[in-house]
Amino acid sequence: MTTSHPAGNTGIADVPPPWPVPSTASPAALRSLAGVEWDVVVIGSGNAALVAALTACQTVERVLVLERAPQHMRGGNTRHTRNIRCAHDTGDVFTPGTYSVDELFSDLQGVGRGPVNPALALFAVGESQTIPGWMADHGVRWQQPLAGTLNLNRTNRFFLGGGTALVNHYARTAELAGIRIAYEAAASDFRLSGDRRVTRVVLESADGPVDIPTRAVVVASGGFEANNGWLKRYWGDAADNYLVRGTPYNDGSMLARLLDLGAGVAGDPRGFHAIAVDARAPRFDGGIATRLDSVPYSIVVNRDGLRFSDEGRDIWPKRYASWGGLIAEQDGQIAYSVYDAQAAPLFMPSMYPAYTGASVAEVARLAGLDPDRVVRTVAEFNAHIDPTGRFDPGRLDGCGTRGLDPPKSNWALPIQGPPFHILPLRTGITFTFMGLAVNELAQVLDTDGRPFTNVYAAGEVMSGNILSSGYLAGFGLTIGSVFGRIAGREAAQHSAH
Amino acid sequence: MLTELLEEANRQLTICNACRYCEGYCAVFPALEIRRELGRGDMVYLANLCHDCRACYYACMYKPPHEFAINIPEVLSAVREQTYSRYGWPQFMTRLLGSGALRTVVTSLVAALLIAAGIALFAPNHRIFGVVTGPESFYQLVPFLVLVSVFSGLGVYVLAVIVASGLKFWRDTQGRLRDMLSLRALRAAGADTLQLRYLRGGGEGCYYPEDVPSMARRTMHSLVFYGFLLDFAATVSAAVLQDFLGVLPPYPLLSVPVMLGVTGGVMMVVGTTALVRLKQTSDARPSSPSMVVKDYGFLAALNLVATTGLLLLALRDSPLLGAALAVHLGSLVILFLTMPYGKFVHFAYRYLALVQSSVESRRTEQWGD
Ligand SMILES: Cc1cc2nc3c(=O)[nH]c(=O)nc-3n(C[C@H](O)[C@H](O)[C@H](O)COP(=O)(O)OP(=O)(O)OC[C@H]3O[C@@H](n4cnc5c(N)ncnc54)[C@H](O)[C@@H]3O)c2cc1C
Ligand code: HEM
Ligand code: SF4
Ligand code: SF4
Repeated sequence: MTTSHPAGNTGIADVPPPWPVPSTASPAALRSLAGVEWDVVVIGSGNAALVAALTACQTVERVLVLERAPQHMRGGNTRHTRNIRCAHDTGDVFTPGTYSVDELFSDLQGVGRGPVNPALALFAVGESQTIPGWMADHGVRWQQPLAGTLNLNRTNRFFLGGGTALVNHYARTAELAGIRIAYEAAASDFRLSGDRRVTRVVLESADGPVDIPTRAVVVASGGFEANNGWLKRYWGDAADNYLVRGTPYNDGSMLARLLDLGAGVAGDPRGFHAIAVDARAPRFDGGIATRLDSVPYSIVVNRDGLRFSDEGRDIWPKRYASWGGLIAEQDGQIAYSVYDAQAAPLFMPSMYPAYTGASVAEVARLAGLDPDRVVRTVAEFNAHIDPTGRFDPGRLDGCGTRGLDPPKSNWALPIQGPPFHILPLRTGITFTFMGLAVNELAQVLDTDGRPFTNVYAAGEVMSGNILSSGYLAGFGLTIGSVFGRIAGREAAQHSAH
Repeated sequence: MLTELLEEANRQLTICNACRYCEGYCAVFPALEIRRELGRGDMVYLANLCHDCRACYYACMYKPPHEFAINIPEVLSAVREQTYSRYGWPQFMTRLLGSGALRTVVTSLVAALLIAAGIALFAPNHRIFGVVTGPESFYQLVPFLVLVSVFSGLGVYVLAVIVASGLKFWRDTQGRLRDMLSLRALRAAGADTLQLRYLRGGGEGCYYPEDVPSMARRTMHSLVFYGFLLDFAATVSAAVLQDFLGVLPPYPLLSVPVMLGVTGGVMMVVGTTALVRLKQTSDARPSSPSMVVKDYGFLAALNLVATTGLLLLALRDSPLLGAALAVHLGSLVILFLTMPYGKFVHFAYRYLALVQSSVESRRTEQWGD
């Protein structure tokens, strides 16, 4: 029952977001939301939030979505997404073949240290089978396989147009169903009555707090990846050099507030998905276009011009998510991908032009590296390539180095043909995992494992129940969709009683 | 060297090529994906392949005010608009009729007035405002020879310029002559053309007037397109009747030329009016102002021709026949003259771009996070 600074009784959230979280909509607009008691208030307007709202409105009438961003930034990180990973026994044109529950679960076990809460993870995997049908029923369209290609995406379904189109479809369906979506309306606090029951969501208007009465709350406000102060708690000053790939609004404010009110924590504070992005990308919201996929066809050196990891350890879709962390461990949190003309066409083109030079020394100088050091590293690498290897970008070709430390296990092409290129890499955080502990009904649990009566969570804000240190591409949306649907259903049922 | 506009198109398309989220909407993105670097010809090709459905504008997380400021329909329609003057010929005509609304309007009005004045002078007994009926009534007003030579001359001119422009375009976009004649490609492009496939914006239609997809634009374009073809067929059938069967105009209401003409005319009037309405209510952000001017000009010219054609039919037994004929012929002159330099040529470049696109193989390499 307090709007004060969250003291952080768990000791986890004591590097707070800006507090209270201001709402930029006009006070009159915010007050207009306070006139009725809502059946369900949903915090956030990303995938998890909209799935929850769309589900809730099948049972109850008054559903309010609060989004702190202006309308053009609605949909948080979901705006940047591309596909979703779901299990299926029988394939279709979009995801051909079989991808069984067992296989998806074992894929999940194979990343990082495996699921934090295996029962909940298995539950999510099982539920994932029904997600594509639900999405299509709510306006989402799938991308047809392109002409002349076999569709190779057995595991991940691509929705037409990507995440912004997904959010547009959901938001339109929601508005047609009578759901109210308020933009520039940030949940700042909760008022609790009795035992762990929220009665009001508090917005901080320019004229002071506005209380929104509600019978249930769904928290789907994302992770804390955009909160530099919070990241620094676990990563130190290195976090200053991280780029945030998605929305600047996911500062973890709701997570912090609920932890402060006694919610339990799930997941590792350092758990996150982070990849290599172009060092020239903006601090926030650079999204997919800044991702660099040059690593397996290049060598990667640090600021001192030295290699530090096996660039060809595994196929790139399985390895790309390790590189955010690897770069984070380097001095200055920066690295450089060095390749030549022969390798340039092998990976997705990048949005920023590579530094380009007629010699390794020249391009190293352009990139601000010590030319002699880089020339030596390249020469050393070239000299250790196994001459019997047969390069094949389509598979783990075993074409690697011999007697080099660290080795490059696959795709070791000599760097010899001009022009030479360098792309600068930084750590780009996709999202953080640590969040609110929940049960199978998506209820938020307190530190003793007892559920809050009418508070539910879905999406990034509870992904730490499942993800530990690794990540499976497309599973972020799966978590949000599965738990969003449950949260919406449970919140509505609670209100209806 | 690229112009500032092409630099901007290049900047945006390079980001799209690193992103590729919109590849399911239309042929532009798969065509982009098989190119790593874009030259002028590539961008001209992509611009004319874009059907301006706007799906990729609303789907883009980088649209303004995002600092990447991606607005593909806007930048591609600006490039497309430039191709209309760039490939037009001769250059002085493209300057007169292809650039700037005012100059186009003035030039074509002057031409139309000259024609109308010509008709007034040539009409026997200056019977512009008399009742003219019976066989050959039109030709009592405008001598047959004058009519035929003016319009077939104009027609040949229009055709020649469009063919020359198309060839120039084809060469610039690195099309091969063999491909232009490939039967399979022609069939695929023909189907894409006749169905206006890419105005379906990935399935649900294009995003007019705002971010809710609908088939309105595709339907109305089809009305205009097929209405125009019907009117063309009406003219051909009239020529057949007259030259091969010896039946002289005016034709009865239930004759082939009149029925085709009326149907086509009504379709064009309805279609162009609806397209103007749609344009007025549409989100202006994904459009380029210079193209909008050309759109309105073309829509107005088509509407004028169709309306005055229907008017001519309605008034053909009245004393206003002469005036109506003069206005109709004048508006036809405007349409013909602006055809090779204004929006009308879009069909030629678009068709060629679709041929090129069906020749190119498509593939993709992408996954999400
Ligand atoms: C570049 C990029 C690409 C990705 N690609 C994929 C992919 O292809 N597939 C996949 O599964 N996952 C992908 N992800 C991860 C994915 O974004 C997330 O897993 C998922 O979208 C999270 O959804 P969400 O609803 O939990 O959070 P979000 O979509 O981030 O939504 C949270 C919302 O809450 C709002 N909010 C925060 N605090 C408050 C407050 N106090 N009051 C009101 N509103 C608040 C935020 O403004 C935001 O709109 C990607 C992420 C990025 C950054
Ligand atoms: C190869 C055949 C054709 C194709 C593929 C085609 C395609 C298109 C497309 C994609 C547009 C919208 C994008 C843009 O503004 O450029 C358009 C606009 C237009 N077309 Fe066509 N077209 C064809 C032939 C014709 C013909 C024969 C006519 C009529 C004589 C016509 C009349 C129009 C008009 C009036 C517009 C403007 C509509 C508006 O601005 O809302 N088109 N065409
Ligand atoms: S328009 Fe935007 S979302 Fe679509 S491909 Fe280009 S950058 Fe990506
Ligand atoms: S506006 Fe439509 S046709 Fe043009 S590039 Fe975008 S999606 Fe393709």
